[in-house]
Amino acid sequence: MSQFTFPPSIRSRPVYGTLTPRAGSAHLFIADAEGAEAIIAMATPEIMAKGHIIYIAKGTDYEVQLRALNPASFYAGPSYGAAEQRIHKTLADAKMGLQVYLTGTEGLIGQAQNAAMQAGVPHTAIQTEHRGSTARRMQCVHCKGITEDVETDPFVCSHCGLNLFVRDHYSRRLAAYQGVCIDAEDPGTVPAPKGIYE
Amino acid sequence: MTIQFNDETFRDDYSFYNSERAIKRFPFPFHEDSYMYSVNMEQHRGGPVDSVYEKRFDVDEHYVSEMKDRAMVLADDPLRCQSLPHMTLAGWDLLELIMVSKSEDYPDLFELHRDGNNWRWINKPLGIDDSFTFLDETTLPYGPMEYITRQAQGDFCVLDQRDDNLWMDAGMVTTQADWSLDFDIGMNFFEWHAPVPLAHEKGIFVRALKFLLNIQQGAPARRLNWTMTVNPLLDTSPENYHKWGIQKTTLTPENIGAKQHLRVELQTFFRLPRSNALVFPIRCYLCSFQDLMTAPKWGRRLHRVIRDLPEELATYKGFIDNRPMMLDYLSKFDDGLPTSPGIWPDLETEPALQK
Repeated sequence: MSQFTFPPSIRSRPVYGTLTPRAGSAHLFIADAEGAEAIIAMATPEIMAKGHIIYIAKGTDYEVQLRALNPASFYAGPSYGAAEQRIHKTLADAKMGLQVYLTGTEGLIGQAQNAAMQAGVPHTAIQTEHRGSTARRMQCVHCKGITEDVETDPFVCSHCGLNLFVRDHYSRRLAAYQGVCIDAEDPGTVPAPKGIYE
Repeated sequence: MTIQFNDETFRDDYSFYNSERAIKRFPFPFHEDSYMYSVNMEQHRGGPVDSVYEKRFDVDEHYVSEMKDRAMVLADDPLRCQSLPHMTLAGWDLLELIMVSKSEDYPDLFELHRDGNNWRWINKPLGIDDSFTFLDETTLPYGPMEYITRQAQGDFCVLDQRDDNLWMDAGMVTTQADWSLDFDIGMNFFEWHAPVPLAHEKGIFVRALKFLLNIQQGAPARRLNWTMTVNPLLDTSPENYHKWGIQKTTLTPENIGAKQHLRVELQTFFRLPRSNALVFPIRCYLCSFQDLMTAPKWGRRLHRVIRDLPEELATYKGFIDNRPMMLDYLSKFDDGLPTSPGIWPDLETEPALQK
């Protein structure tokens, strides 16, 4: 099952919806991993005739099914970083009436949403749906380094090595949650890591 | 009155101190013997002579040393001062507001000479005498917001107003109570306040936003907020929390009176004329427990407030672990007598400690 119900949280934490087909001059899908299931669930031949899918598999096996939707353009890339230039170009070339669909992990949705907003896509034309891993993209508030796909709380910053706890405070500009040193007041006392939603 | 500027530090050896005058004018934030969040806004149109409310931007004995501390923070971490590209005009608005206010309110310390857009700014305490062209960034050594807020005590958030919300789109933040401008820049009013407990449920932020959106030019508002800081450390940033957090564990019953500081923010809100942005200066005042206890009313009241504060707030404000030790200390200054209403120390009328 690729769907997860997030517990209620604070106001800066993003909330996600369910992708639904909308009328548009073109349809851009940016997805990773199980996000493929959300696209498959809502795709129609009319939409895919004007559809462009940018997909990062992250070790999953949905590519054949996505290609079978016959989108006008399809790209599968190894990582968000690898796909980024293509995403920016596509958004920069977009015309009025583009509909954007973002689905998969929070890290992908956040980064792609940021790219779309910066390109001037109105937020009313962007839909999001979370699917798959609930891992988070975290920024260390101390060294500012980003650690991707954090599954446990606390975790070790992949840049500076501090032990960080996972906050729900989220920056859309950084597309990241905030990680803060957990043992500043008692160095070395770090609780055993557990899943973020355990 | 002429101000004698202290030569003091807010780090390392912490030589910061408050003179007797500074203690008497400290903005004690509790108007009654208990505390809960409220939209405690009032007009910022002066106040009692020599109080921190009297001038639009209060300048006190800590001015020169605070500006030195800010320069050190910025040298270590330039991300403490940021302005999104559309906020430059608001920066000029802020520069004008501060220069005009300070030169009018403290003519012995600051001078502003204007001939059209050719301006000359003299800041005597900091030894600055700069001529520049108003609205021309190339004529200043920094952007306008950074230039003027390197010369003004307190943090400054410059908020853009659009879509019936306020957006944290620029700021100079080096004396903050544990929040990050670099992380929060670009957020709206509800998002940057998201981590605050209890207040959302009480509707505080909805009402506060409604009030702030309607602030008019020439009618600034103000409120006080507070927290606790061990040692007179201005830069209690999340960025450096892994360095300063440990200081919270250095309190002992012997040193708590000198080391534990009540940290008060005088928050003011001014509408800016050209950009329609709102500037939100957050001025930090620090006072040690032992200095506060020289006002018997404040001793009685601080004990009662800290004792009765909900646990969530003591946790959020970061002193839950030290609260028992604080109460041991403060209880010695509470004889159970009633206190007069309002924040002022009322030294002439309040009875001396009866124990």
